[in-house]
Amino acid sequence: MGRPVSRRHSIAEAAHGGRGLSASVMLAGDPRRRRKEARVRGFLFAAAAATVLVGVAIVLALIGEAWNFVTQVEFSKLWSLGWFPRRDFFDVRTIVLGTIIIAGIAMVVATPLGLGAAIYLSEYASPRTRRILKPIVEILAGIPSVVLGYFALTWISPNVVQRLFTANTFNMAAAGIGVGVLVTPLVAAVTEDALRAVPVSLREASYGLGARRGETVRKVVLPAAVSGIVAALILGVSRAIGETMVVAMAAGATGGSLLQLNPLEPGQTMTAAMTALAIGSDQVAGSGLAFQSLFFVGLLLFAMTLILNVIGDRFVRRVREKY
Amino acid sequence: MTAAETRPDPESVGAAATPQRQGREEVVFHLDGLSVHYGEFPAVKGVGLDVRRNEITALIGPSGCGKSTVLRSLNRMNDLIEIAKVSGLVEYHGVDLYGPAVDPVEVRRQIGMVFQKPNPFPKSIYDNVAFGPRIAKTDDDLDGLVEQSLRRAVLWDEVRDKLDQSAYALSGGQQQRLCIARAIATSPDVLLMDEPCSALDPIATLRIEELMVELKSDYSIVIVTHNMQQAARVSDRTAFFTVDESVTGHRTGILVEFDQTGKIFTNPSNPKTEDYITGRFG
Repeated sequence: MGRPVSRRHSIAEAAHGGRGLSASVMLAGDPRRRRKEARVRGFLFAAAAATVLVGVAIVLALIGEAWNFVTQVEFSKLWSLGWFPRRDFFDVRTIVLGTIIIAGIAMVVATPLGLGAAIYLSEYASPRTRRILKPIVEILAGIPSVVLGYFALTWISPNVVQRLFTANTFNMAAAGIGVGVLVTPLVAAVTEDALRAVPVSLREASYGLGARRGETVRKVVLPAAVSGIVAALILGVSRAIGETMVVAMAAGATGGSLLQLNPLEPGQTMTAAMTALAIGSDQVAGSGLAFQSLFFVGLLLFAMTLILNVIGDRFVRRVREKY
Repeated sequence: MTAAETRPDPESVGAAATPQRQGREEVVFHLDGLSVHYGEFPAVKGVGLDVRRNEITALIGPSGCGKSTVLRSLNRMNDLIEIAKVSGLVEYHGVDLYGPAVDPVEVRRQIGMVFQKPNPFPKSIYDNVAFGPRIAKTDDDLDGLVEQSLRRAVLWDEVRDKLDQSAYALSGGQQQRLCIARAIATSPDVLLMDEPCSALDPIATLRIEELMVELKSDYSIVIVTHNMQQAARVSDRTAFFTVDESVTGHRTGILVEFDQTGKIFTNPSNPKTEDYITGRFG
């Protein structure tokens, strides 16, 4: 502002006590462009607001219907011999334990496979191998779960589970392994991203101190990437808990299930139970509380994934090595 | 395993050891016709120089002249880059560093490295220094070793009360001294420093330079630097590299001159060196 012209203006303005723009200095800009920017901003805000609103509305609807269910159901029915909603037996233990068993089996399969694949891709594979394999892993993550449902029922069940154990054709083990196969690429892809995000300079420091590749992975890369790895596993568990199709097809017990802890027997998860209820609206409406139970189970599912996320977050905060 | 064990024992050479022979043994690195290719293209070629024990050898030159590449071929860090290919001779105490029986991991245990940007691990100060010894399983008296290394790096007094704090809480200069302490903790024979002060302010730079001169009595140091004053201040010998552009426009580093630092900076034999150090080029 060293030019004499503008100084004269500012002196004049100061004298008038005015803050208006003088005619010779153009600072107003193009009003059309400013309006456009305001419109873009408005649209983006609306998109963000809509997302939040839809989410809140869903949760409210869930809570409302679930509340209806809880107030109307006899509590003895929530703790009975099994999950038979059309006969008013709502034993939540059956489907919660079924969910935990199947998600557990899935993670036993997906954790070592997913982490192993990610570590190989990120730390061991040559750039060429990686260029070929990484997209394949990502494509695998997109396999429709119906396909894996058939795979679990017609291949995993007879060729893996029934070969090793005497098991029912429909069994939770096959469904769990199927879900594990489904979740593995997801865990691998997210973990791989977390590992790649660890700065090369840290690996160089490790190699420069005479560490071998395995030592560098174990002592430098994995600790530095732990938050991403935990995020990957939580994503995997959430997906495993939320997976419907594979379980509905391979775990059997479409109508309902007795309380069952043996993974070699048919079982029911929360999502599969909801699917079974929702097949044909007349059936859902048919029996009194069955419809409301859908929302109750949905709310339970929501709470489970929420708790998982909170635990994961806490854990990450404690062990994270920030770089 | 320390470097002293693999070094040829002066006593065993026999009484016939002439002063000339003795001079030969002071050579830590002997480079002859060293070239490094990235893919098909040579990044640097035909480098020949000797790095002597308890000296600071500086590699200087403009960007892209291959000085860092040469440095990284001294502890086989180039092995980590798939497309890098090293040819020519790199002898370390008379042993071919790229010989078939040489394990690059063992090489890096004896030849420590400090990088351009301070790169402490996201761990505690203590764990940073203890990293090398723990890996080498020479951690009999880890506490003592950590303290000794931090003292050698002139960092002990600043961090003695917060050894369990994250290394990231330290300033840039302190982080770099921590990296030096970490490198020292594996008791290497040589320290390679790749522009160790380029990310630091002048005061921190000065402290690192003082430290280098002090460490010289125990280690041989090779330093890459952009800063000519720094080379003049701290080094005993200086290698000047430059960039040679081929007809196809490909840039290759070449060694122009290698001599006592005093001579390079006051009376260089090559006019290119003189142009560079007087600031007429580069």
